[in-house]
Amino acid sequence: MTKVVDRSPLNFYERTYLPALVEGFKVTARHFVRSVKGENTATDLGDGYYPEVPWRVEGGYRGAPYLVRDQEGATKCVSCQLCEFICPPKAIKITPPGPEAGPADRPNAEKMPREFEINMLRCIFCGLCQEVCPEEAIFLQQHYSLSGLSREEMIYNKEKLLKLGGVHAGIQKWKHKLEEAKEQESFPVNVG
Amino acid sequence: MPQLTDLLFYAFAGLTLLFGFLCVANPLSRNPVTSAMFLVLTIISMAGLFVLLHAFFLAAVQILVYAGAVMVLFLFVIMLLDLKEEERRKLNAIAVGLGSVAVLGLAGVLLRALIQAKPVIAAGTQPVEGSTKELGRILFQSYLLPFEILSILLLVAMVGVILLSKKELK
Amino acid sequence: MLENLFIDPTFQFVLFSAAKIAVVFGVVMTFVAYAVLVERKVSAFIQDRVGPNRTAPPLALKIPVLGRFLQRCGIFQPMADGLKFILKEDFTPAYVRTIYFWIAPAISVIPAFLTLAVIPFGSTLGKQQMVIADLNVGILYTFGIVSLGVYGIVLAGWASNSKYPFLGGIRSSAQMISYEIAMGMSVVSLFLIVGDLNLSKLIQWQADNGWLVLYQPVAFVIFLVSAFAETNRLPFDLPESETELVGGYHTEYSSMKFALFFLGEYANMIASSAMMVTLFFGGWSLPFLGKPADSLLGGLVHIGIFIAKMIVLMVVFIWVRWMLPRFRYDQLMDLGWRRFIPIALLNIVLTALGVALFNR
Ligand code: SF4
Ligand code: SF4
Repeated sequence: MTKVVDRSPLNFYERTYLPALVEGFKVTARHFVRSVKGENTATDLGDGYYPEVPWRVEGGYRGAPYLVRDQEGATKCVSCQLCEFICPPKAIKITPPGPEAGPADRPNAEKMPREFEINMLRCIFCGLCQEVCPEEAIFLQQHYSLSGLSREEMIYNKEKLLKLGGVHAGIQKWKHKLEEAKEQESFPVNVG
Repeated sequence: MPQLTDLLFYAFAGLTLLFGFLCVANPLSRNPVTSAMFLVLTIISMAGLFVLLHAFFLAAVQILVYAGAVMVLFLFVIMLLDLKEEERRKLNAIAVGLGSVAVLGLAGVLLRALIQAKPVIAAGTQPVEGSTKELGRILFQSYLLPFEILSILLLVAMVGVILLSKKELK
Repeated sequence: MLENLFIDPTFQFVLFSAAKIAVVFGVVMTFVAYAVLVERKVSAFIQDRVGPNRTAPPLALKIPVLGRFLQRCGIFQPMADGLKFILKEDFTPAYVRTIYFWIAPAISVIPAFLTLAVIPFGSTLGKQQMVIADLNVGILYTFGIVSLGVYGIVLAGWASNSKYPFLGGIRSSAQMISYEIAMGMSVVSLFLIVGDLNLSKLIQWQADNGWLVLYQPVAFVIFLVSAFAETNRLPFDLPESETELVGGYHTEYSSMKFALFFLGEYANMIASSAMMVTLFFGGWSLPFLGKPADSLLGGLVHIGIFIAKMIVLMVVFIWVRWMLPRFRYDQLMDLGWRRFIPIALLNIVLTALGVALFNR
C-alpha cells in the first residue's frame, strides 16, 4: 500500500522566500536569546565541560583499534595479515615472525606477529579490521582522543596496542572449539 | 625633468606590450591558462593607460567587462575543456606570409593615424573629462546611430547563441 | 627646507593618504579578526553551544573579575587563531600547479582591500576628507575591482589539480559573474536618482534627502542578496559547500595560505557591508547629523556612526548563515538570472520614469 501525499504547490507568498526567512529568524532568535540568558539546558552540563570532564562513551562506540589478549593472557592475533590487507588507509603494518621464530604463546596458534603497528594518524576508525579478523584479536575500543607530539609517537606498536587493548575474554571461540572437539571424540558412534 | 605622468605612461605602455607579448608567445610556458592570465594583465595595464588619459569611466569599464567578466568566461572554458599544453607548432610559410601582411597593414594604418593626429587641447576644444554624464551625452546624441547599430549587432549575436544552445531541445 | 616640504600640498597629500591607508588597513584587519570571533560566538549561541571561552594569556587572568569575563567572551581567541595559522605546517600537495597555487590566495585578498579605498567612512577629520580616494567613478571602480575577486577562487580551484576544488572554482566563476550583473543593475537606479557616481556626493545627497533604502527598497534587496552570493556566504556558499565539496576551492590549502582565503572572505564581507552602508544607509550621516563635521569630535562621531551601521550589517551576514539552508546550484542560477535581473531592469526603467516625471 503506497499512499501518495499530494504536495500543494507553493503559493506566491511562499515563493518569495519570505516565510522561510521569518521562520528561520524565529528559530535562530529563540535559541540565541535562550543561550545569551544562560537558560540553555544543552550548554549547561552541570559538572563541567569536555577537557576537564571527559565525554562519557557509550558501549557500542568505535574508537581506536587495539589488540586484545585472551583470558589466559596470550596474544590472540595469529599474524594472518587480513587486517593489513583490508585496511582502507593502510594504517596497519604487520611484521610476520618468519621461519626462525619461536612457538606462538598459545597452543592452538601457529605464529604470532613479531611486530604489529597501527598508524593512528592514518586510521579512520572504520572497523574493517575488527570485522575481518578471524581470531577476534583486534577491537575498536572506547578511546577517541589520541594525541602526541610527533608523527612517530602516533604509530602504536604491538606492545602498546596490547597494553591498551586489555583482555577480551567475552568471546572465547577457541575454548568452545576445543570443547566441541573433545565432545565429538567421546561421542558414542553407532556403527550399524 | 620628465613629468610623473610621462613616466607612468611609459611604464604602463611597456607593461602592456610586455604582457601582450607574453600572452601570445610565452617562451616559458605554453599553458593556455597562463596566456589567459597574461591577457588579463594586459587589459589591466591598458586600463592604467586610460586612467592617464583621464578616461576613468573607460578604465573602469575596461576592467569590469573585459578583465572581470569576459576573461573569467575564457578561463572557465579553458578549464572545462581541459586544454593541454599546446605543443610548439612548426611555422607555416603561408601563415607567416599572410600574418605579416596583416600586421604591416595594421601598423601602417595606425602609424598614419598617429602622424595625422593633433593634440586635442591645442585645437582649443575642451577634453571630455571622463565624466560619465558627458560620455552619455556624446554616446546618445552625436553617435546615436553607430551605438544603435552596435546594440543590434550584439542582440543578433545573443539570439544566435541562444538558438545554437537550445538546438537539441526541439 | 624641511618646513617647506611639509607645507607642499603634494607631500601633504601623500602623507595623509599613506596615514589613511595604514589606519584603514589596521582597522579592517582587527575587524576581520573580531568578525571571526563574533561569527563563532553567534553561531555557537544559535546552535546551543558555548563557543570559544577558554583562551587567555596567563597575565590577563590575573585581573580580578574582568580577566575571567574577557576569557569567557573569547576576546583573546583571535590572537590565538592568528598564531596558530602562522605556526601550522604549510603543506603543498605534490600534484598542484605550484605558481598558481601560491599566488591564488594573494589574488583573493587584494581586491577585498582595494574596494575599501573609495568608501567614505567619515565626513571630515580636521581638514582631511575621510576617504582614501575620492574618485569620480567610485562605484564603477568598486565593481571593477570586485569582478577581479573571482580570479583568486578560480585559480585556486584550478591550481589545486584535484576534483573538489576544481568544481568549487568552476561554480564560483559562474556564480560571481551572474550576480555581479544583478548587483550592478540594482545600483544603477540609485545613481539615476542622485545623478552622480561619486560616493561622497551620494552620501551628501542622502544626508539631505533621506536614506536611499527608503527610495529603492527593491534595489536594496537585490544588492543584499547579490552581496551574499559575491562573498560566497551561506545560503550561496556553493564554491566551498563543505557537505558536497569537502572545502571547495580551498580544500588543498593549509596554514597561512588558507588563512589568506579566510581573510579575503571576511574582508569581502566588511567591504560589502561598508558598500551597503554607503549606498543605502546614508554612510556616516544620521537623519539629524547630516552636515560634514567641523570639529574633531564631530568627525570622530561620524566615523563611529559609519562603523556602527557596518557592524549591524555584519551581524546580518552572520545571522543569515543559520537561517536558510544552502541553495541548489540551479536554484541559485535561476534566482540570479530569471528573477533578479528582470526585476532590476524593471526597477531601472520605473526609476528613470519617476525621475523624468518628478524632476522636471
Ligand atoms: S579501523 Fe579501519 S583504518 Fe583503522 S586500522 Fe582498522 S581497518 Fe585500518
Ligand atoms: S589482528 Fe586479526 S586479522 Fe589482523 S593479523 Fe592478527 S589475526 Fe589476522
